[in-house]
Amino acid sequence: MANTAPNIGSQICISKDYLQPIFEALRKRNYRLIGPTLGEGAIVLDEIQETWDLPMGWTDQQQPGTYRLAQREDRSLFGYVVGPHSWKRYLYPPVQELLEVERRKDGISAQPIPQDVTRYAFIGVRPCDLSAIAIQDRVFMGGPHQDPHYRARRREVFILAVNCTRPGGTCFCVSLHTGPKAAAGFDLSLTELEDVLLVEIGSEMGKEAISAVSWRPAGAFELQAARQLLAEAENHMGRKLDTHHLPDLLYQNLEHRRWDLLDKRCLSCGNCTQVCPTCFCSDMVEISDLRGQKAKRVRLWDSCFSLHFSHVHGGNIRPSIRSRYRQWLTHKLAFWFDQFGQIGCVGCGRCITWCPVGIDLTEETRAIQMEGTK
Amino acid sequence: MNQTRTKEQARESKPRVAVFKFSSCDGCQLALLDAEDELLEVAGGIEIAYFLEARRQTLEGPYDVSLIEGSVTTPEEKERISDIRGQSKFLVTIGACATAGGIQALRNWCDVDDFIRLVYATPSYISTLKASTPIIEHVPVDFELKGCPINKYQLLDLITSLVIGRQPRVPTYSVCLECKRKGTPCVLVTKGIPCLGPVTQAGCGAICPAFNRGCYGCFGPMESPNPYALGERFAELGMPASHIVRLFRGFTGYADPFRAASDSFQEMKR
Repeated sequence: MANTAPNIGSQICISKDYLQPIFEALRKRNYRLIGPTLGEGAIVLDEIQETWDLPMGWTDQQQPGTYRLAQREDRSLFGYVVGPHSWKRYLYPPVQELLEVERRKDGISAQPIPQDVTRYAFIGVRPCDLSAIAIQDRVFMGGPHQDPHYRARRREVFILAVNCTRPGGTCFCVSLHTGPKAAAGFDLSLTELEDVLLVEIGSEMGKEAISAVSWRPAGAFELQAARQLLAEAENHMGRKLDTHHLPDLLYQNLEHRRWDLLDKRCLSCGNCTQVCPTCFCSDMVEISDLRGQKAKRVRLWDSCFSLHFSHVHGGNIRPSIRSRYRQWLTHKLAFWFDQFGQIGCVGCGRCITWCPVGIDLTEETRAIQMEGTK
Repeated sequence: MNQTRTKEQARESKPRVAVFKFSSCDGCQLALLDAEDELLEVAGGIEIAYFLEARRQTLEGPYDVSLIEGSVTTPEEKERISDIRGQSKFLVTIGACATAGGIQALRNWCDVDDFIRLVYATPSYISTLKASTPIIEHVPVDFELKGCPINKYQLLDLITSLVIGRQPRVPTYSVCLECKRKGTPCVLVTKGIPCLGPVTQAGCGAICPAFNRGCYGCFGPMESPNPYALGERFAELGMPASHIVRLFRGFTGYADPFRAASDSFQEMKR
């Protein structure tokens, strides 16, 4: 069966041992593999070489403000959900040197700094993160003003998605229809079954990568097993977000007392924005040498929780923590629609898990929904 | 190098910089000497008029920029800082001692006479104030560089900004943003290690969490700190109030928001 390539859209089965040859096939095509791996206290994204680098047999336990690694009883390759890192680290790096400016006799010269043009293969992209990448595609490449660096990296990316059969304690992708199964936007998509990997071919490139290994068409048994696992996953979401009339509800409750409570709880540390896979704000800083002859322009991840972010001529337009939290939440869940025609949240739950004090946006939204306009 | 200004003009316009030490460990002054690669350039861009740790020659004031290290802990220091203020166009405080009173401000919650009796054979030789206080409590300060010690790149940026005439680039947001840029998984969330990062100003490069420790708050309170909510979280995680008090009363414990938070957890303890 290995000799004919499977069609795009078809579902096949491969042995778990065949992930390694797929990795090798990708590397041969000059891809740098990035995937989940065991980091300090969490499953992080980093360069991986082989299947052994995946956190085999590990899982995570996530609750508001808490993340713990734990060992599973089996040797699953993908038995966990998303960690503190998201793929934006690679498509839109936290620190990007953009420009070098030099004062010369004949004026000022500005030279763009060559960008990282690594061909990345993203291994183990969860369906929520696939949606997040699609949202950032819209932000960085959707309009007339595109981000050339994002585009250059994005164009090259190979995506191996992994469907979620074990949602985490802060997951709510079902509420946002982004998971637990990847619908589109991947080259290959896997569902990990007990003995085999069920693979869906999403693109020509995916087809090419799979040609490295032997495969057989998925049988009724495997398809049924996957369906069942994913249906169970749907019923075991740690969190829920009711998106019904959400923008209007929030717009009508801009002075709700819940914001006052958040003013007391929120640390304005900005963690939620940094772990969010759709947050895209950046700051531009100039670093000059002591004589003022040379300067470098650097783009850094920024956060709407930082005071300088909302500092405009004459003062700060969001001086209180209350107003900054409200800005963040209403942007995600309400005026992202006005700006980009969709919601800005994918239900990955990172902002809930990685908030040092465990503020839960689904709980905050529910409180406003329950109490209505006040 | 063909420059528009002549050497003479450049020398004339070089800012005269002085470095003064008050009650401190000298570590922040060392940050300037530690800038090995940039030191020559620094020395070329400014005139070091007074810097006992680096130069035997001392020049009289007035100074364009005075960098002040250390807190005020003696009657003599109180007088000296107003004298220096009078001679300085810009007065910049550097480090946790100068900006927040330093670790020695722990005495502010105790009776300093008890310490003196305990430590010194002849207590009457000691002339000291009841409290260790930041410079800003005594004279107007133009800019504060926080940290224990300060970050040498922030100091270089500050000197550069003074030489060129632009605003210094010193972020005031939380340490968390530095952790996240580095990709360090949060030690508080993954291990329950008490970390002051969310309420502490960035600038150190998030060193401690990268080595599996919580932030000690060396850079002092960030721009809009909420230490009380963080302390409550520590309590939820099982930390006794006495530990929370001790955590906030560290290198920058006397800085207003940390002081207020530690005082209210102190109350809770009772």
